[in-house]
Amino acid sequence: MSDAPFRILPRITERNAPFWASGRDGILRFQRCQACRYWIHPHSVMCPQCLSKEIAYEPVSGRATVHTFTINHQPWMPVPELPFALAIVELPEQEGLRFTTVIVDCDVEDVHIGMPVEVTFEAHEEESVWIPLFRPAGGLSG
Amino acid sequence: MKPEHQTVISGAGQSDVGRRLFRDPLELTLDACVAAIADAGLTTKDIDGISTYPGPGSDPSGFTGASVVDVHDALRLEIGWWSGGIERPGQLGAVIDACMAVAFGLARHVLCFRSVYEGSAQGTGGRAAVMPTGGGRQAIPRASGFMEWVLPYGAPSAAPWIAMMAQRHFHEFGTTPEQLGQIAVNARKNAALNPKAIYTDPMTLDDYLNSRVIASPLRLFDCDVPCDGGTAVIVSHVDTVPDLRKPPIRVEAVGTALRGRPSWDQFDDLTTMALRDASAQLWSRTDLKPSDVELAEMYDGFSFITMAWLEAMGFCGKGESGPFVEGGHNISRVGGVLPLNTNGGQLSAGRLHGFGFLHEACVQLWGEAGARQVPGEPEVGVACTGGGPLAGAMLLTRSR
Repeated sequence: MSDAPFRILPRITERNAPFWASGRDGILRFQRCQACRYWIHPHSVMCPQCLSKEIAYEPVSGRATVHTFTINHQPWMPVPELPFALAIVELPEQEGLRFTTVIVDCDVEDVHIGMPVEVTFEAHEEESVWIPLFRPAGGLSG
Repeated sequence: MKPEHQTVISGAGQSDVGRRLFRDPLELTLDACVAAIADAGLTTKDIDGISTYPGPGSDPSGFTGASVVDVHDALRLEIGWWSGGIERPGQLGAVIDACMAVAFGLARHVLCFRSVYEGSAQGTGGRAAVMPTGGGRQAIPRASGFMEWVLPYGAPSAAPWIAMMAQRHFHEFGTTPEQLGQIAVNARKNAALNPKAIYTDPMTLDDYLNSRVIASPLRLFDCDVPCDGGTAVIVSHVDTVPDLRKPPIRVEAVGTALRGRPSWDQFDDLTTMALRDASAQLWSRTDLKPSDVELAEMYDGFSFITMAWLEAMGFCGKGESGPFVEGGHNISRVGGVLPLNTNGGQLSAGRLHGFGFLHEACVQLWGEAGARQVPGEPEVGVACTGGGPLAGAMLLTRSR
């Protein structure tokens, strides 16, 4: 049995499977238009910029900056830790390319807007899902 | 004649409202509908359109008390146009759609309603009881749609989503908890004069600041209170005004725009949300100006949304809602430049979910608000509902 914490996992489809399996090799991937090189999130079947259907998952740096956050205290559902720092991080690959995540491996009180972070993964291996979390860049090693 | 000017609001009605009434939600819905029809001086025979938000729902959260079909059949209406659904510009999108149907000639009198029984549905289990896992770890469906991006992270509620927008506003503009708290304090003060309000005990800014944090910077009193109740309004064609019981409220302009991405986290400016777009569209459709508005009923599912509406509608500058509400004077029901959420809003009067704001704007413009009536016979008001990527706004004027 996996010792992964309880989470509601995403419904895996052909379209999103490569994203949620990114953590298998520890490299975060997002969809990218092969025609105009535009990064696409959430996943789609057509580039919103040039309408090309030539879309593929490509690695990103895994680095990001905290765009905004909240320290969530309310137990809406079972979670690994309470309170926890929910955040919208922005990726350097493209302006406005954002991802909602949880900041881990630090005191929630230390989370701030503009904070450099990097991806880390929580494995739900039996489900072929690796949840991308972010931690302070250059911080604790896993 | 512009389309808005072909439409009026001819009547408004509301059921009993309570924290937990344990009444059949269809009864609450019909009580509101029948009251609104009578208020307009009409009968069920006159009603030839129905519109509602969010339409049918089978989930146990109490989010929707009745569908179009429920009301259509219960009142044996004969309908020329009908619509119910959640995928629209906020709750008032249902009323704006009714205006369009009337202007288009598909109906003359549209019954618009919204009912909830979230208070009873939650019982003693609190908000978690109606969240996806029911408070436990029972098997639940996998997350898809927008939920794919938040459920795995333990954030099924809009509270933490809106909290992140508020946090960004605090960061960019220096907004403070003391400023944000004025939305809740103002609402509670007004609720004390509303006989249907849920929370009427006096609340000070210190009480607010001492309330527990839900998702920073939002505290308990920044979140609206689930309740049971139904609200309805009648949208009528202006040609029917001679048939009506009283001078109606005129629809001066509406706004429904969503120019940015339809997303809670990808929208370009999280401090404005879609409220920016709906508001700009509304002002592009009228010669009136923000300074003409004498009362504002603005969505407060979470208090920060009201702050964002104040800015979006131009009642203060972008980023200036904090200083605007500080101390509470500008938004005071008596003597304020912009009396705000005069019935106590959803924060204190109960989460009637959008339609309560329109109901209150109409009642105030009719001069029927009793002890909480805004003095000076106000003639121009706004009702604005929705948050995040959902936003609909209506500018209303009293006719003589």
